[in-house]
Amino acid sequence: MGITFRKETFRDDFTFRNSPEHIRRFPFPFHEDSYMYAVNIEPHVVGPKGSVLENLIDVDEHYVAEMQDRALVLAEDPLRCQSLPHMTLAGWDLLELLMEQQALGYPEHFTLTRDGDRWRWINRPLGIDDTFTFGDTSTLPYGPMEYITRQSQGDFCILDQRDGNLWMDAGMVTTQADWSLDFDIGMNFFEWHAPVPLAHEKGIFTRALKFLTNIQQGKPARRLNWTMTINPRLDTSPENYHKWGPDRATVTPENVGDKVHLRVELQSFWRLPRSNGIVFPIRCYLIKMDELVTQPKWARRLHRVIRDLPEELATYKGLTRYRSTLVEWLSKLDDGSPTSPGFGPD
Amino acid sequence: MSTGTTKLDVVVSDVVPVNDLVTRFHFRRRDGELLPTFSGGAHVVVEMRDGERTRLNPYSLMGSPLDTREYTISVRRDDVGRGGSLFMHRHVKPGLEMVISYPVNLFSLDLRAKKHLMLAGGIGITPFMAQTAQLAGEGGNFELHYTCRTASLGTYADVLRERYDRRVRLYHDDRDERIDLDRLLSTQPLGTHLYVCGPAGMINWVRDRAAALGWPSEAVHFEHFAAPQPGLPFDVTLAVSGKTIRVGSQQSLLEAIEAAGVDPPYLCRGGVCGQCETNVISYDGKFIHNDHWLSEEDHRSGCKIMPCVSRFEGKSLVLER
Repeated sequence: MGITFRKETFRDDFTFRNSPEHIRRFPFPFHEDSYMYAVNIEPHVVGPKGSVLENLIDVDEHYVAEMQDRALVLAEDPLRCQSLPHMTLAGWDLLELLMEQQALGYPEHFTLTRDGDRWRWINRPLGIDDTFTFGDTSTLPYGPMEYITRQSQGDFCILDQRDGNLWMDAGMVTTQADWSLDFDIGMNFFEWHAPVPLAHEKGIFTRALKFLTNIQQGKPARRLNWTMTINPRLDTSPENYHKWGPDRATVTPENVGDKVHLRVELQSFWRLPRSNGIVFPIRCYLIKMDELVTQPKWARRLHRVIRDLPEELATYKGLTRYRSTLVEWLSKLDDGSPTSPGFGPD
Repeated sequence: MSTGTTKLDVVVSDVVPVNDLVTRFHFRRRDGELLPTFSGGAHVVVEMRDGERTRLNPYSLMGSPLDTREYTISVRRDDVGRGGSLFMHRHVKPGLEMVISYPVNLFSLDLRAKKHLMLAGGIGITPFMAQTAQLAGEGGNFELHYTCRTASLGTYADVLRERYDRRVRLYHDDRDERIDLDRLLSTQPLGTHLYVCGPAGMINWVRDRAAALGWPSEAVHFEHFAAPQPGLPFDVTLAVSGKTIRVGSQQSLLEAIEAAGVDPPYLCRGGVCGQCETNVISYDGKFIHNDHWLSEEDHRSGCKIMPCVSRFEGKSLVLER
């Protein structure tokens, strides 16, 4: 049985919703009732059936709508997709990875056939059936990275590894939590993380870089990150701040449940075989408060996390304007009883 | 130990003597599938079951990264070494089932380079076999300068000349042919990256001259696997696992730790990658540091050791393992 893809929008009338099955598979990011940074990296291995980790590259009911939204973003601003000249080989690595993983996880929707360098790619949800020569950019309508990331959910950063550092030298970034590829392109790991508060002092980035530069082929890793977004808007970019920034002043006690969304990023890290680069897919999951609180454990825990969040983190995540309204709303769903360990709903 | 890499079950598909010192080994997957794609400069760690002992030696992949039906390595016989190369030469025959690691690349091409200038000495030619194949396939600009003792010991010199013609320049020690290094390094176009792999003396010479001639360190790449050196036996206490072990004279500290059933992570086993870095809790004696990972300050501090290549002489050593 295949996925039923929803017809929905991430802008204007914001018709994005999660089905009940998708609410239960939401990657809730808090395993306890408080939150602080940690290098929360673990091996990216297949998880339980029915979770977002059932396949290493997840395709869900929002796939078609997300790809349509990406196309709209790119039409307005082509600089959301950039690849420095030395990154083409890494783009082919990524194309291979995403085609292989999507075809493996969802054979009813995607098929990859290889005959030496001659590859045929069928993407049924988007109505694509292309035959091309692997390694020959002239046989695709876009560069290899752009071609495949127009057909894959989530943002993708390709990092070149050299001089003991990682460099943001290519990417497709249209579903980001307020950062800009056009600004970060060519920067190294410490440069693009410079704005993050508290973590530098804890030495987190030095340790994280050491870990990432040692990621091995065939052994990807992952971590979760989170923030909040008003309205289910995928494209919360600095370039479009004027479109979404003011939304944060529109939260009222009456519309919290509908407007405030928990935004979770499933970040994974993969060594690319030909280029020796690292690809960093950042997959964004959105869930509105009304949907999230259908799971009582999540409602109680989120209340405690947001209430007790250090001020610097709340500011960095952009919650300041509506934090008290949200905490007040969530407090009514928190009877003070204990929450069970682990991420999942009860 | 699998902290570092995934393992591959392979079978030796061919063993080819190349010259008096060097033999080439071919590996295929036992299940008949393709091997993982790799990038030029990558190595694999080959596990050798030598009686009671497991040897784990890294070797550069030297085949074309474009062909993953088989992996090939070339092993130079070292008659006075610790025995890994002798095991490969004497005991590894076609049909033998072996285990190797996934490829790991600690000597990667910088794909921004406008030109790749490669300097090889002796068996240091092997990573360049793969890198030149990769670059030639992509129309890359490279030039290889290869020093060997004699023409008959010039491993793959003939193959390289045939493939790449004038892009390969050979130097024979027995004919007193020497690279005019200063001239070579002074006449490269902007954007050239320099790669060197060979004996330690050659690597140091090239790095020193490049630095003296104003090459930025980011443009100078070197592959420097130090083979573990034999030495006096010494005793070590592993505080975390509560074991006391003896490191034999032909054994590395890492091998002795593994033999005791403790598995620190590793990748290169040559003092380069940093994976097996180990904290020293206390010591009374002298460290013999042979790695290229820790800083000089770390070496002086007596707080850290790289057990893959470094040793100890003295009364007592307690490690956080």
